[in-house]
Amino acid sequence: MREGIETASISNAIPAHLCIGAIIPSLLTLTAAMAQTPTRPKRSAPWYNISPANLPLPGLVSIFHRVSGLGLFVMLWLLLWLFDRSLVSAEGYAWAKGVLGGGFVKLIMTGLLWAFLHHFCAGIRFLLLDMHVGIELAAARHSSTIVFVVSLVLTVILGAILIW
Amino acid sequence: MVNRILVGAHYGFGSWLAQRVTAAVMAVYSVLLLIVLLCVQPADYAAWHGVFNPEWMRMATMLFWLSLCYHAWIGVRDIIMDYVKPAAARLIAHVVVIVALIGCAGWALQILWRA
Ligand code: HEM
Repeated sequence: MREGIETASISNAIPAHLCIGAIIPSLLTLTAAMAQTPTRPKRSAPWYNISPANLPLPGLVSIFHRVSGLGLFVMLWLLLWLFDRSLVSAEGYAWAKGVLGGGFVKLIMTGLLWAFLHHFCAGIRFLLLDMHVGIELAAARHSSTIVFVVSLVLTVILGAILIW
Repeated sequence: MVNRILVGAHYGFGSWLAQRVTAAVMAVYSVLLLIVLLCVQPADYAAWHGVFNPEWMRMATMLFWLSLCYHAWIGVRDIIMDYVKPAAARLIAHVVVIVALIGCAGWALQILWRA
């Protein structure tokens, strides 16, 4: 592919270089083009400068898998605290139930449920990919859609049953 | 004769495997817990306490929390290594995460076996 492009540009250039008068202008444009070559920031690779907004879907699944894992870790204290109080005594249970009844806490729990379900579905997808199941591009794109849809649908259903 | 192996992809293999084993444990447990909750539908303290009372359920729940802590350690450690470059900051972040997760593991054990 690359060879083909280079060969093509050389053969295009030959007629211009045969004409002496064309050499100087073409050298000038060449140096101008070289001066304008955008310099990348240090330590940056071509694929490094990506924003989540234009990632393909499998990339979004990946980055959200990372964000959800980190979010679950950061909020672990809340889950353990509620689990602790709910099992310690009837009073503790009532307290935990009260905390979980608050609108803001319900919102947080729904967010955590989504994080868990996405992490769960994406995690299982990664495990399958590790075993070379669905590794082809089309299949991998397809399964990343499934991950988003299934985790969102499950969040709505389980959220309705368990949280709201 | 120096025959230390200085490069090799196998260094991370243990972590990689552990992250997958713990993920599988958590996946199985969460499906199991969901089924139990949907069947029992615990509505008060006695019923809720009853869900986690059987010995096998305590064992399974313990496996879940320990897997979670180990899994989260590998995962968060990887994330820190990706974004936190200065050695001192990285060391501090690692220590904070280790202490937090050992704390969580101990807390979970205490919840499960205290009475
Ligand atoms: C059923 C539950 C879970 C499954 C199936 C699962 C699966 C996975 C898998 C397969 C990976 C490796 C991804 C990779 O190497 O690219 C991973 C990474 C990770 N997991 Fe989980 N996980 C689960 C629960 C959790 C929980 C509860 C937490 C948080 C407390 C968590 C935190 C993380 C973190 C922080 C990472 C690292 C993400 C990264 O490097 O981008 N996971 N998980």
